[in-house]
Amino acid sequence: MTTGTKAFSELRLEGVSRRFGGHDALRDLDLTIEAGEFVALLGPSGCGKSTALNCLAGLLPLTGGSIWQDERRIDTLPPERRGFGMVFQNYALFPHMSVRANVAFGLRMRRLPKDEIRRRTEEAIRLVRLEEHAGKLPGQLSGGQQQRVAIARAVVLEPSLVLMDEPLSNLDAKLRLEMRTEIRRLHQSLGLTTVYVTHDQEEALSLADRLVVLRAGRVQQIGPPQELHTRPANWHVADFMGYRNLWSMRVQAAVDDTVAVERDGFRLVGDPVGPVAPGSEVIAAVRPEDVRVDQAGATTNAVPAEIEVVEYQGRELAAEAVTATGVRVHLRTDRRVAPGDRVTLSMDPQRLLVFPGDSAPAAGPAAGAALLEEPGLVG
Amino acid sequence: MTAATSTPAAESAGQPARAHWQHRLAERGVDRQLWLLTPALLFVVLLFLYPFFYGLGLSFQPTEGRPFSDYARFFSDAYQRATIWTTLGLSLPAALLNVVASVPIAYRMRGRFRGKRLVTILLVVPITLGTVLTAQGLLNFLGPTGWFNRVLTAVHLTDEPIRLIHNYWGVFFSLIITGFPFAFLLVLSYLSGIDPTLERAAATLGAGWWQRFRVVTLPLLMPGLATTFCLTFVLAFSVFPSAVLVGNPAGETRVISIAAYQAAYEQYDYPYASAIAMIMGLIELVVISVVLFARTRFYTGSTGGKG
Repeated sequence: MTTGTKAFSELRLEGVSRRFGGHDALRDLDLTIEAGEFVALLGPSGCGKSTALNCLAGLLPLTGGSIWQDERRIDTLPPERRGFGMVFQNYALFPHMSVRANVAFGLRMRRLPKDEIRRRTEEAIRLVRLEEHAGKLPGQLSGGQQQRVAIARAVVLEPSLVLMDEPLSNLDAKLRLEMRTEIRRLHQSLGLTTVYVTHDQEEALSLADRLVVLRAGRVQQIGPPQELHTRPANWHVADFMGYRNLWSMRVQAAVDDTVAVERDGFRLVGDPVGPVAPGSEVIAAVRPEDVRVDQAGATTNAVPAEIEVVEYQGRELAAEAVTATGVRVHLRTDRRVAPGDRVTLSMDPQRLLVFPGDSAPAAGPAAGAALLEEPGLVG
Repeated sequence: MTAATSTPAAESAGQPARAHWQHRLAERGVDRQLWLLTPALLFVVLLFLYPFFYGLGLSFQPTEGRPFSDYARFFSDAYQRATIWTTLGLSLPAALLNVVASVPIAYRMRGRFRGKRLVTILLVVPITLGTVLTAQGLLNFLGPTGWFNRVLTAVHLTDEPIRLIHNYWGVFFSLIITGFPFAFLLVLSYLSGIDPTLERAAATLGAGWWQRFRVVTLPLLMPGLATTFCLTFVLAFSVFPSAVLVGNPAGETRVISIAAYQAAYEQYDYPYASAIAMIMGLIELVVISVVLFARTRFYTGSTGGKG
């Protein structure tokens, strides 16, 4: 049995595809992962992100494409010969083995000398701070502790690549934050190459060096967190990255880097992303936190509206307002607004992104691929 | 709200009002719903407990001699005593083979695949065949002029037909045919109770298929296999019709139930027959205790699957 824990400089996925029956779960995934990088695969459920991870782990055969570790083709190897560590959503700890035996499992399979197994196991257990639980069975641990065991079990082999499949989704909110920091800490201290699957954009933004957004089995955008946060490639990505206000509108005029859009008297000026010709159907997107309330001197994109629903969220309020023409606006504000208040909303044109609608020529299935060809989007 | 606490600690802490007696009973699971158990209890008492204790009493009232003389009579008679070993010699290997053969088949059958339902039906159909029908089939199939021997002689593997009926093997095959479906269904359900992700995790940790099975799946399956073994063993130990029909009831397949039958219906000695039946039950109990004791050495907690 080869260990496969060889250092590599890059991992290449070339046109990786997976079909289930007549359905494309993943189609033409091209991705190059540098050694030491933390890449998050992000998307709603059913977008193909877990499929991609299972293909990478060797748990699912490909129906197209290939995976390369430098010049070695690895997609034909069975999972036990790839030498990748994997952390599963439900932890998948062996329930009949102690924490120590779980962590030692991979080392035992590699037939390493006994004292090396003991040394590395204890080291990994110390790394995830579970020393006093080493003799317990997984069933005696809390969810967060179980997940730490799963991480220790995967990293003890010093794998060339760690795959994590929504590792935090079964934990409660407080633990999730703690484990997030823990994962980032481990990644930094061990210099592991990590591919992390999640449907939580916040998690992905805070953990990853680079994000891959998938939708319906296709790549929508690949880029660093800041880029996805401020400049989503299309409105689907925007929707997923927290642009809660998505209004479908029509282009009135487009001049250089600004575009004027309108729907039933609701007029806005924004920043075009992609080709928007006058008269075409577009989608205007803005984050709730970029909607200002009663800002003095705001003249562009100023809209009168009435507050309808208010949610208390600590320092800020999340509110929903309705304009005179019936457009719903989600906003966040530190002003103490109350339902029924009449306010003036305003939006910075730089923060209002205008995307081609799905029926526009550049949109649809080809959009993702076309956008990927722009320089800077493919890493 | 005054909780129905009945722990001594709570009472000694000086809780003022003692909970109502109905609450205290409910805390121990005693409430009106218990009446729903009545039909089942009646059923168990009338059809199981009464006959059992009647037989037990009868076995201590031999037609002549002291209370234990029928037991002594059985064990002092070598011809009778031998039935224990004959029965164990049939039922232990048959139960073991049923369990061992079920594991690889159930292991292959746990995923979803085309035709799974058909294969399951084919494997389980012998349950619906009565023992007599099975025996009849075996007589035709394995008999001296049956297909099996005709094929063997046709391809010149043997010159003489192999004797596979009216001896040990006839009964053994019959026990396999009737016992396997039970073992298979049980093992399949125990296997689907084991989370398949565990094996996937083992694979990513470098375990090949045999190691995955031996180190992960088999230890988790062992308690289920022990239970399955007990059930198929009990079924096989009480073998009677096939021992008569496809065996050699006067010789090598004179099982213990034949001894009890002869005592009851040929000699009309009911106390002696009852004593033999009690010995039969005792031996089963010993085997099951040994197996279940061994079972406690394995992990028996949750295995995370859908079972």
